[in-house]
Amino acid sequence: MIFYPLGKYILLLKAVFRRPEKWNIYRREIFHEMNSIGVGSVGIIAIISIFLGMVTTVQTAFQLVSDLIPKSIIGSIVRDSTILELSPTISAIVLAGKVGSSISSQIGTMRVTEQIDALEIMGINSPGYLILPKIVGAVIMIPLLVIVSVALSITGGYIAGTLSGAVSANDFVLGLTTGFIPFTITVCMVKSVLFAFIITSVSAYQGFYTSGGALEVGISSTRAVVVSCISILFADYLVAQLLL
Amino acid sequence: MIEIKDIHKTFGENYVLKGISAKFEAGDNNLIIGGSGSGKTTLLKCMVGLHEPDQGSVLYDGRDFTRLNFKERIEIRKEIGMLFQSSALFDSMTVEENIMFPLNMFTDQPRREKLKRVNFCLERVNLEGKNKLYPAELSGGMKKRVGIARAISMQPKYLFVDEPNSGLDPKTSIVIDDLINEITEEYQIVTVVVTHDMNSVMGIGESIIFLYEGQKEWEGSNKEIAHSDNKNLNDFVFASKFTQAAREKL
Repeated sequence: MIFYPLGKYILLLKAVFRRPEKWNIYRREIFHEMNSIGVGSVGIIAIISIFLGMVTTVQTAFQLVSDLIPKSIIGSIVRDSTILELSPTISAIVLAGKVGSSISSQIGTMRVTEQIDALEIMGINSPGYLILPKIVGAVIMIPLLVIVSVALSITGGYIAGTLSGAVSANDFVLGLTTGFIPFTITVCMVKSVLFAFIITSVSAYQGFYTSGGALEVGISSTRAVVVSCISILFADYLVAQLLL
Repeated sequence: MIEIKDIHKTFGENYVLKGISAKFEAGDNNLIIGGSGSGKTTLLKCMVGLHEPDQGSVLYDGRDFTRLNFKERIEIRKEIGMLFQSSALFDSMTVEENIMFPLNMFTDQPRREKLKRVNFCLERVNLEGKNKLYPAELSGGMKKRVGIARAISMQPKYLFVDEPNSGLDPKTSIVIDDLINEITEEYQIVTVVVTHDMNSVMGIGESIIFLYEGQKEWEGSNKEIAHSDNKNLNDFVFASKFTQAAREKL
């Protein structure tokens, strides 16, 4: 049951990574996708990241009731959970909804209106032309968005902690700077690159094999988000198990 | 010349094409006609490689398309132009960008030369000055004409047209038919038109094959069609009272 779509997915990826017909056209498309996926998602990522950091700080402070535990530990917990899990994973889930559904419906609409057939007839490798720029654009931009997310999330935590009195500014900064393991950043970047690939390739796959009409485009779009989210969480566990 | 030999195609349990063979000559309007579900569009898609036939071969001037690898197929596809039923223009591009797209992909001409070619193609389909419009701003007939302009932009040797008159009023249909006819004669290309429009059949059908339930039922020209004794063909062509009356006058 899973092998047939998996095989189709792998064959699609093989076609995606064929040598492009003309590099300069692909380069232009990559910049276009970087703008659409990256710049177009800064707003939503900024908003969710700030609140994510704020909630993490307040809830961590709520759970640390013992006088034996220093308050500065809140800063450390917010830092590590943000870098290792919350920023890459929650950002990826949100982007699967925003970017993934857009990719799937865009390619799906092109399929049902015969635009993909038109590309094929012209002798253009349609998976390469339509999907490769999206994958490259996302793999470049989503890690950058995750870095922005980490910074804003920790800032949000700092603001919420100090404003609510849950932790003092000094304690929070002390926690942030104590016991930092740089490898967590590597794990964060590995996750974000992997998630970027999953979001774009899975959504493009769902769109590319759409058949029917407007209703099926909607179904493909929904399926793209669902499958991307499940794949992201599975990959998240896999990376954590392998790297940590 | 395009030659198809013994084309078979099934979709699951559905046996759509049952061994179709035909020849399509350059300079003629070759029409594939038949009722809905007779296999016309499937045959066309098998010919251009959008569907793989289960059996049989498609020869483009002797080159068997079905036996070629990906790269060799691309070389033939550069010689193919196609007008789709829905026109299949790229929504995100202007008319000019749509027509220039294959030129951008496959030629190294300077932009000035490409623009010259785009303007020539637009002029050829009577759409001068519409360069900057988007497909959403065009009428159905204009979309078809832009589709034709894009199809001829690479000076194809083979032109495929799928239901060129669907959704068009009779007057615009005649404009599109005339355009296809003129281009075929002018450039001496192999044109294959899938249609069930009787005006097209009578107007430009120099060479016609009639499909019925996945088989080639009849072959001839528009001059011969009125005198055919094939029942299925007559039921299809002279389905309306108007065409029946017209036949009686012949």
